[in-house]
Amino acid sequence: MTNLSASKSGLAEMPWSVRISVVFVFLFVAFALFGGWLTPYGFRETSMFDRLLPPGSPEYILGTDARGRDLLARLVTGAQITLVVAIVGTLIGAIIGSLLGIIAGARRGATEAVIVAAVDVQASLPIIVVALFLLAMFDNSFTLFLLLVGLNGWEIYARLMRGATLSAKEHGYVIAVRALGASPARIYLRHVLPNILNIALVQFTVNLPLTVLLETALSFLGLGVQPPLTSLGQIMSEGRDRLMTAWWLTLLPGALIFFLALSISMIGDWLRDRLDITLRSES
Amino acid sequence: MTGYILSRVARAALTLLITVSLVFLFIRFSGDPAAALVPPDAPEEVIEQYRKAMGLDQPLWKQYTGYIGGLLRGDFGYSVHTGRPVEDLFLERLPYTLRLGLTALGISLIFGISLGVTAAIRRGTLVDRIVMGISVFAFAMPNFLFGLVLILTGALVFKVFLGGADGWVLMPALTLGLAAMGSFARFARSSLLETINAPYMRAAEARGVPFARRILRHAAPNAAIPLVTLIGLSLGALIAGSVVTEQVFAWPGVGQLLVRSVATRDIAVVQFLVLVVAATMILANLIVDLLYLVIDPRIRAR
Repeated sequence: MTNLSASKSGLAEMPWSVRISVVFVFLFVAFALFGGWLTPYGFRETSMFDRLLPPGSPEYILGTDARGRDLLARLVTGAQITLVVAIVGTLIGAIIGSLLGIIAGARRGATEAVIVAAVDVQASLPIIVVALFLLAMFDNSFTLFLLLVGLNGWEIYARLMRGATLSAKEHGYVIAVRALGASPARIYLRHVLPNILNIALVQFTVNLPLTVLLETALSFLGLGVQPPLTSLGQIMSEGRDRLMTAWWLTLLPGALIFFLALSISMIGDWLRDRLDITLRSES
Repeated sequence: MTGYILSRVARAALTLLITVSLVFLFIRFSGDPAAALVPPDAPEEVIEQYRKAMGLDQPLWKQYTGYIGGLLRGDFGYSVHTGRPVEDLFLERLPYTLRLGLTALGISLIFGISLGVTAAIRRGTLVDRIVMGISVFAFAMPNFLFGLVLILTGALVFKVFLGGADGWVLMPALTLGLAAMGSFARFARSSLLETINAPYMRAAEARGVPFARRILRHAAPNAAIPLVTLIGLSLGALIAGSVVTEQVFAWPGVGQLLVRSVATRDIAVVQFLVLVVAATMILANLIVDLLYLVIDPRIRAR
């Protein structure tokens, strides 16, 4: 299933499209971290005399929104929140899903049946519908939202890691370590996990852009990140009523989301080809 | 073969039952539905009366069996905000969502598969790279951004508003179908590439079977098998996408109803729609599994 020798061939063979993607991701992270230096304004600072200024205005490089807030400052904060939600959310799903998958593969029996049933249930509901259901039920808070976004794709990790664990069990090294008297925890965490981790890593890069799109979509619907906090999707949500008159409020954050998702998925595709992992082997 | 069918049906039924039970538990434990119905300053006796009327004073298992019984009898509850049965709200919006969803599926299948097949036949050429570029673009493009760009273009260039109930279905369908088109193209390409290099293809070539016939009669049927799964999987993406797309285009479908009901916390409507989505997807996956019997003789043989 995996071919580790292929991963050793160097970065020199990286195609230009992937190189540009890596550069863009770096620029995006730098923008989120240090973009605040480019503007003297805070992302919540309103100015009633500077409402809806277009980009290129002398004091506001990227213009202002309907409440006179500096769009550049808002994009920086929005990029920070979008990045944090995407990375933490994807990590939550990756860790929970991978652990459940390994446990299912290792324990078999009733434990496995329960986990597989949970995977089936999750697979029968699009994550955005699950998120909307829970948001209707509970008060929206940033922590809840982060957990919801974290649910995105956990079932895929569980499926992949269960399959990988099952096939790893048949390998000589597992049989040898078990014969030496290692505990199950030691066998699976110290010996099996490092061998199948690359599958989860590739899935992480596949899932990351999807998490970005999920967070921005929910925030765009007004059901995700709530003011006074902001995210790239939330900025678009606020700007959407002025699409015709103030295009910069929707198209600039939209372009950032698009290029971020595009770059990460280009890198993810390249990694997947490198590591030669078939993600279609399911159940 | 009967065993295969039975195990698939049982698995689907179990998944649906678990989903229904989870929805029930979440609703019961997320708060007091009776307290949510009355004004915040209502006296305790009034809330208690509401609890009795709603059956909330019964033990949990009785509430649960009552809930399942209600679903089986077709009693799905009433919308808090309109006072109407939730299935009525759903049914009057369903035609819009079906029109949007089926058009999107049609567009994505036709364009996705033709792009993928073209790319596979011309593997490694500029055409191939352009098709792959389109599919990555379609994957990474947020549907709300694409929809807004279409609306903006329509308004600025053609002076028309491309949304609303009386609007043209093509633009929202294009927005909704874009992502699925990308994955169909990618999938059709890799699937056809696998079969193109299969031994029976070389055998057909050696027998002198013409190129078009080799692709259409020998490679395509085999490449289509995994595509059936993908259509089943893309249903989830289409449902998820329609939630956002309907919002962008002010399209009065089920997705818009869901977002509105979440925003107004109309729990009865939300839970009904969640169950409808789950039932639809479980049924679709079951159909896909059973379709395999028809198209893949290897499973029938088991």
